Amino acid sequence: MTIVVVLEQVPDVVEELSLAPLGTDLARDAVSYVLNEYDDHALEEALLLAEGSGDDVVAVGIDTTGELDQVLYTALAKGAKRAIKLAGDFEGTWVGTRAAARLLVPIIRELSPRLVLTGVQAPDDLDGQLAPTLAALLDWPHASVVIGTELADGAVRARKELWGGLTMHLELALPAVLGIQAARQTPRYVPVGRVRQVMREATIETREVEMVADGSPRVERLRLPEETAQAEFLSGSPADIADRLIELLRARGLL
Amino acid sequence: MAHGIAVLVEHLEGQVTDVTYELLGLARRIADTDGAEVVACLLGHGVRHVAERLPADRVVLVEDHALHYLAPEATARTFAALLRGERPWLALVPNTAIGMDVAAWVAAALDWSLVAYCQAFDRRDGRWVATAQLFGGKVLADVPLGSDPVVVSALAGAFAADAVEPGPPGTIETQEPPAELATLRTCSVRLERPEVADIDITRAEKIVAVGRGIESKDNLELAEQLAEALGAVLAASRPLVDAGWLPRSRQVGKSGLKVKPKLYLALGISGAPEHLEGMKDAELIVAVNKDPKAPIFTVADYGVVADLFDVAEALLERLEG
Ligand SMILES: Cc1cc2nc3c(=O)[nH]c(=O)nc-3n(C[C@H](O)[C@H](O)[C@H](O)COP(=O)(O)OP(=O)(O)OC[C@H]3O[C@@H](n4cnc5c(N)ncnc54)[C@H](O)[C@@H]3O)c2cc1C
Ligand SMILES: Nc1ncnc2c1ncn2[C@@H]1O[C@H](COP(=O)(O)O)[C@@H](O)[C@H]1O
Repeated sequence: MTIVVVLEQVPDVVEELSLAPLGTDLARDAVSYVLNEYDDHALEEALLLAEGSGDDVVAVGIDTTGELDQVLYTALAKGAKRAIKLAGDFEGTWVGTRAAARLLVPIIRELSPRLVLTGVQAPDDLDGQLAPTLAALLDWPHASVVIGTELADGAVRARKELWGGLTMHLELALPAVLGIQAARQTPRYVPVGRVRQVMREATIETREVEMVADGSPRVERLRLPEETAQAEFLSGSPADIADRLIELLRARGLL
Repeated sequence: MAHGIAVLVEHLEGQVTDVTYELLGLARRIADTDGAEVVACLLGHGVRHVAERLPADRVVLVEDHALHYLAPEATARTFAALLRGERPWLALVPNTAIGMDVAAWVAAALDWSLVAYCQAFDRRDGRWVATAQLFGGKVLADVPLGSDPVVVSALAGAFAADAVEPGPPGTIETQEPPAELATLRTCSVRLERPEVADIDITRAEKIVAVGRGIESKDNLELAEQLAEALGAVLAASRPLVDAGWLPRSRQVGKSGLKVKPKLYLALGISGAPEHLEGMKDAELIVAVNKDPKAPIFTVADYGVVADLFDVAEALLERLEG
């Protein structure tokens, strides 16, 4: 049986982001892409489940960056059985969540997995979460913000995190879709050498797809929030800064 | 209610969450401009008493055992059925662990568009513009709303909490749950409460909070020492807790705890919206981050663009010397 995990590359938000001249997209040339961190957790959770159940993990992604192969080879090196890339003319297109879901539904139906895992969210779209969107389109049960799973007879048990340590335990009949926030354990590391070996030995299956109408809202303008930055910046040597901070805290009776 | 505004009421164990009142306040503000009706959608089990405290023109109450904890499938299906009947222009859903599973499902099922991560909602040039956060809060997107129905999922803490007072609604109307609730594929739901923590960070006057900038578990010791020297407690962003470096009870943010100390010193925390949700109301926020564009500086009173280790060591030297 099959567990599908959906992987997506997103701009590295730790780096500086700037806007393209039209103001409706990032300056993509200057962006470096990383695997969405929650997808790494989704992959880890899928591999952990498969180790217990004997399922095959199939990694699926939409190649919106032209660099998805790296991510898929890494997934294969970590233990995924197959990797499938949906390729198309996505240059200059924003693939929102609804569009991604519409592109993914046919391949999911074809693979007919008992479980689809996605990252809980990605920072690069406006229209919400993929897991519930897929669930609505596939008519399968779902849960997001999942921090642990377990396969039971015809069902999956998922722990959904609410807030302040409060957790909801759910049991969903299979097939189901889960948005993973954190895997049960820190995502495994795979040496570069192993990835290189997989690149020589394994193949990524490519499917050509056409962009779909997505029903996403139209972004009129992107802007950087620095317009609203309110911090007063302290500068100088670390010692100067420490002096200023201690002065500030004393003045407020905090020391 | 062609122009109506539907608000999904979030509650747990009889308690309505703050974000619900924030959204009811936002709905009131929009409705007052548009002459629309605010409809609070209360789904649950044994929650009629909750309806009495919802400041809306009308409460639609749907009760069923399956809606007890607002579990994803039951809530999404019921809310979608309700919206099909009510046909509002706007459905407001909290962008919380509960709302996230409802907003996207409902929007996809009804084929409405969805604006998620909404942090502002303003009238500009005669139309409503929703502003959403992207890229961990580093970019804002302005999305003009037309006349087609739309789901907006709004961040907790983004809208004024005191725009409406809890109080009785105009009318309360009960609706039958949709037939689909009889064939749900979510078979069991229960809640697990957190373990009792050694330290309650929500009561601390001073907090030193560390993020991924701290790099390794070993470096926590420096932060711990600094916290001690300041008479503060140590808290953290989510990734450190996920890595097991600190217990869940020390996590600040959306899925962690909400804190309001007199001092919040953030070291190496980028300030993702999910983190800001938990600490932006602190009285004094000082942030140290080597990235001048880190969103934490949008809520900080004082910012230091520097290596956190240099600043922490210099502070320690002064405090202990
Ligand atoms: C449903 C959901 C719920 C969530 N709940 C929470 C929550 O409750 N709490 C929470 O915190 N997060 C939560 N998150 C995660 C959140 O989105 C961010 O991923 C997280 O807050 C990032 O943590 P961080 O700032 O420590 O790490 P990063 O975003 O990686 O930031 C690290 C920062 O450290 C800086 N830095 C690095 N090295 C140094 C140095 N030497 N000196 C100074 N600065 C340095 C970098 O410039 C960067 O800004 C949630 C996410 C989701 C999807
Ligand atoms: N364009 C996309 N291509 C591939 N996967 C995606 C895409 N958009 C979303 N996903 C998947 O859905 C997860 C959550 O994204 P979202 O819920 O859309 O914020 C991502 O981490 C991916 O697993």
